[in-house]
Amino acid sequence: MPAPEALPANPRAAGAGNDEVVRVDDLKVHFPLTKGTIIQRRVATVQAVDGISFALTRGGTLGLVGESGCGKSTTGLAILRMLEPTAGRIVFEGEDITFHDKERMRPIRRRMQMVYQDPYGSLNPRMKVRDIIGEPLAVHGTAANARAYRERVAQLIRLVGLLPDMAERYPHEFSGGQRQRIGIARALALEPSLVICDEPVSALDVSIQAQVVNLFMELQERLGLTYIFIAHNLAVVRHISDRIAVMYLGRIVELANRAELYKSPLHPYTEALLAAIPVADPEVEARRARPIVKGEVGSALNPPSGCRFHPRCPKAMDKCKSVAPLLTDLGAGRAVACHLHTSA
Amino acid sequence: MAPPLLQVRNLTTRFNSERGQLTAVDQVSFDIAEGETVAIVGESGSGKSVTALSIMRLIPSPPGRIEAGEVLFEGKDLFKLNDAEIRAIRGNRIAMIFQEPMSSLNPALSVGLQVAEPVNLHRGAAWAKAYAAARELLGRVRIPDAARRLASFPHQYSGGMRQRVMIAMALACQPRLIIADEPTTALDVTVQAQILDLIKELTRETGSSLLLITHDLGVVARYADRVAVMYGGRIVETAPARVLYKAPRHPYTLGLMASVPRLDGEVGRRLVPIEGQPPDLAELPPGCAFSPRCRIASEPCRTARPPLTEHAPQHWKACFNDARA
Repeated sequence: MPAPEALPANPRAAGAGNDEVVRVDDLKVHFPLTKGTIIQRRVATVQAVDGISFALTRGGTLGLVGESGCGKSTTGLAILRMLEPTAGRIVFEGEDITFHDKERMRPIRRRMQMVYQDPYGSLNPRMKVRDIIGEPLAVHGTAANARAYRERVAQLIRLVGLLPDMAERYPHEFSGGQRQRIGIARALALEPSLVICDEPVSALDVSIQAQVVNLFMELQERLGLTYIFIAHNLAVVRHISDRIAVMYLGRIVELANRAELYKSPLHPYTEALLAAIPVADPEVEARRARPIVKGEVGSALNPPSGCRFHPRCPKAMDKCKSVAPLLTDLGAGRAVACHLHTSA
Repeated sequence: MAPPLLQVRNLTTRFNSERGQLTAVDQVSFDIAEGETVAIVGESGSGKSVTALSIMRLIPSPPGRIEAGEVLFEGKDLFKLNDAEIRAIRGNRIAMIFQEPMSSLNPALSVGLQVAEPVNLHRGAAWAKAYAAARELLGRVRIPDAARRLASFPHQYSGGMRQRVMIAMALACQPRLIIADEPTTALDVTVQAQILDLIKELTRETGSSLLLITHDLGVVARYADRVAVMYGGRIVETAPARVLYKAPRHPYTLGLMASVPRLDGEVGRRLVPIEGQPPDLAELPPGCAFSPRCRIASEPCRTARPPLTEHAPQHWKACFNDARA
């Protein structure tokens, strides 16, 4: 695999200060469950995302981690406005996009893109790689002519470390890692500033994951990209993110810089997640104290009262059953939603 | 010293495919001692699952065929048994836990019935007695309210609870060997730890051996006594877990360890990936299967297959060169 070739730096990356790319305020995404065919009645609500807030500056990576049903993918889709937010605010590069209609979202979508988990399902098997990567250029009319289109596609192919002659092939001719590179090239076609990566390496073989993780990091340096990196593998998230939000049943339970989160987790759920992940070293494992939490993640359809983690929490108090702890800023970029740390 | 509980000798399993004959498992040999946990670690297509299925003689034929080798279990060669004899061992002396509990359970039968079945089948217990045994088994795998849950169906269980049911079924006849093929890959992280801890604890209690098939080096480090690393259908390195992690000697094992981010690893360090793609079984190179991706491959590696040799006590590697971290 040749080294990815240099691309002229993203103009927006130049002079990248500490400006905010995306801000989410008290975002809620609820899905109504309805019954009846003609007259639909709402019978219940799935609170997939229930009041989360964070901000992300240019060039940074926010890791969103949590187990199934925690709302991490829903958050990503809501920021892209591929799902309708129920409440709250989404601000992208200074513009409130929460209520933008399709027409107004169109120019904004160019600047926010997504890389999906499944490199097999997310590429159209009947399209050549050239057209998969070039489709966004055609849709948004950014290539002046056929030659500019070809050149841009060739540039993107080199950028992600594929070979130029691969443009004329179909997705089935590629391995999982190569397909994920194709998906990344497509996402970068319109020079986005924000890329939302939804479990981008979890379907890949272990030896291939590192190739793709390194590619993400190289592209970030070169193009000044901002990432939201969604994954359940904490070791990968820790590797790539500078800030990490731990989610549980639709809420952020802890938000911290990566070093602090791993060194001194504050929320009992963060602690449990870290303890559950084995370290690839038998001697470390033999020494490690690891409290295993009981039970399984509850349902977002009928989440537990109070703190949603309380039925599984080894440190739960009476208060946790009735009062939901708020995500409270502890200073130094750290916030936690737990009565152990936030009540006076 | 007592002979090992399981001895696999030169196991070779092939599959017919559109692209010709594939050798999924190629002359694989290893032992499992009484009470020991052995992990086979490898990526997709490495042959780790086919090895497990071959031991149990569960390779669908056609297209698959166990071509050569022997599997000695409690002194019997499993490949020489007739169908009735192997059925008497499967689920009885050797039990298996699969990755996807939902597709391994019958959706139309109650959980109690399915856990009771092996007790009835292999132990000849009357159904009432087998059912009582099932209740006790569900309790042992910590399913709360076991007596009431017996009558429930698999879809009424969560993913983690279903895998507990699979473990209960596997334990039903007090097997000497449990083969667990990626038993937690489909589960959430915190539930994975619960299930693996439970499997390990129960095997320790009953003194049975465990063959753990996984792609996760962390899981191996936490649970295995001994490890075999597979690549392209062959074992490329095998050693006691502590030795393997401390001093890996095959370039593939070294590459895997450098490419996986660790929770306790240095922050900001670039991962060192293994270049290239996993091997294509239909187009394996004539020499070492790893040679196209290997940083230290030399001329002999491309033409001859390195045999698995003991380079230090109990530490075997299949490499002509001297690879070190």
